[in-house]
Amino acid sequence: METPRLTAERIREYLAQGKRFDGRKPEDFREISIEGNVSNKAEGSARVRLGKTEVIVGIKMGVAEPYPDSPNKGNLMVTAELLPLSSPRFESGPPRFPAVELGRLVDRAIRESKFIDFEKLCIKEGEKVWSVFIDIYSINDDGNLVDAAGIAAVAALKWTKMPKYDEKEGKVIYDEPTDKKIPLAKDIPICITAHKIDGTIIVDPTLEEEDVSEAKITIGATPDGVISSMQKGSPAELSIEEVHEILDLTEKIRKKVFLKIEKFLE
Amino acid sequence: MTKQKGFERPDGRKVDEMRKMEAKVGIVPNADGSAMFSFGDTIAIAAVYGPRKMHPQHQQDPEKGTLRCTYSMLSFSVSDRIKPGPSRRSMEISKITEWALEPILMIKRYPNMVIDVHINILQANASTRCAGINAAALALAHAGIPMREMVSSVSIGKLDKQLVVDVNKDEEDWEEGEGATDIPITMTPNGMITHLQLDGKITSKELKEAIELARKAAKEIYEVQKKALKESLKE
Repeated sequence: METPRLTAERIREYLAQGKRFDGRKPEDFREISIEGNVSNKAEGSARVRLGKTEVIVGIKMGVAEPYPDSPNKGNLMVTAELLPLSSPRFESGPPRFPAVELGRLVDRAIRESKFIDFEKLCIKEGEKVWSVFIDIYSINDDGNLVDAAGIAAVAALKWTKMPKYDEKEGKVIYDEPTDKKIPLAKDIPICITAHKIDGTIIVDPTLEEEDVSEAKITIGATPDGVISSMQKGSPAELSIEEVHEILDLTEKIRKKVFLKIEKFLE
Repeated sequence: MTKQKGFERPDGRKVDEMRKMEAKVGIVPNADGSAMFSFGDTIAIAAVYGPRKMHPQHQQDPEKGTLRCTYSMLSFSVSDRIKPGPSRRSMEISKITEWALEPILMIKRYPNMVIDVHINILQANASTRCAGINAAALALAHAGIPMREMVSSVSIGKLDKQLVVDVNKDEEDWEEGEGATDIPITMTPNGMITHLQLDGKITSKELKEAIELARKAAKEIYEVQKKALKESLKE
């Protein structure tokens, strides 16, 4: 099931005049709303709606051995599942590339921005550290799951209350959440994905626009403009000028998005 | 139903009292039908896609349509994170859910087609399969799939010697006396049973009582489901 060619044609015609079907300008995001406490069994959770797109993210924590190359640092694992519930296009079964890509893009935005202070998640060097699991689920896919998931991951991390750890028994007691928060940096990473359609750069595409997109690039950066992760997706090429345009555009958009989500995150 | 002397439910409910139920229809805009159903802290969501052509083709049934249910718990719906992907438990519950729902569907009208029902548990405090079936039945109705009747699902428990309605996690783990017996039952408003499971230890006399309790509880659930469907039409 794909967007019909006629619709695709019309999307391009509109964009040539700087217009979109839902009345937005190319650089406009849809309405964003964020809710917490989606699941009280998670240590932290958030639901993000971006227009009709909806994702939920839950944080689980556990105690595990550190990786040999980082004996004094906590572990991070980000997985994403494109639930068949969320779109007629998704099927059950092992994760396919779009789900893997979604998890990895959010993983790198969080990890590379040093948003989580992993050294503070060390319990005993070389033996025991906290593991943070970020699990992303799509609930309704109307395009731009990545940016929505990035926001939801940050919100869920901010709201996480660490469970109690019984050091003698070596067990995590999930029923007794502490007031302790995951040590986080002040500046949050935000993912913005820009798409190129027929020479026009747009952000926050709907599903139809995503279908028409020729090239995309996801940028993870803090609101003050420090970029820490980037990935170009899809096979089409981008000129240097286009990359410049995307960098300038997303910097402005990131600030606007931050203002939109800031009030939810307090 | 009588309450045995000295028996108290962990959360203080009466023996025939259900947890607060909530139901909402139309929660996934992409789906042909969708719904949320909750028993207290147990929250299930379900979405229906179809009827659509069955793929792969060799699974098509020229005699009747196929109902395909998938039940899955989100990794963070329980205390100990669940690894994503199907498990033996979730595969069994998926099948049980199909059997609970198929009898009420006029599925003969859809030869070579499939109706997909996806159920996800957001938050679990026991009775997840029942919440899932209730959400799925709502989602099917919302999708406009012709149905003879509704079904409503509830879990009856026997804690030591006491029967209770709508079991929660503390009750599921009951250890005193005869321990816990868990009996999830699904039935139509007319009392036709489409699903029945049992784990534990019970006499046939007690089981008959349990079924009677389920019949009453199913009526309450049916009212909640009906209300949610009516509300979706108002919008």
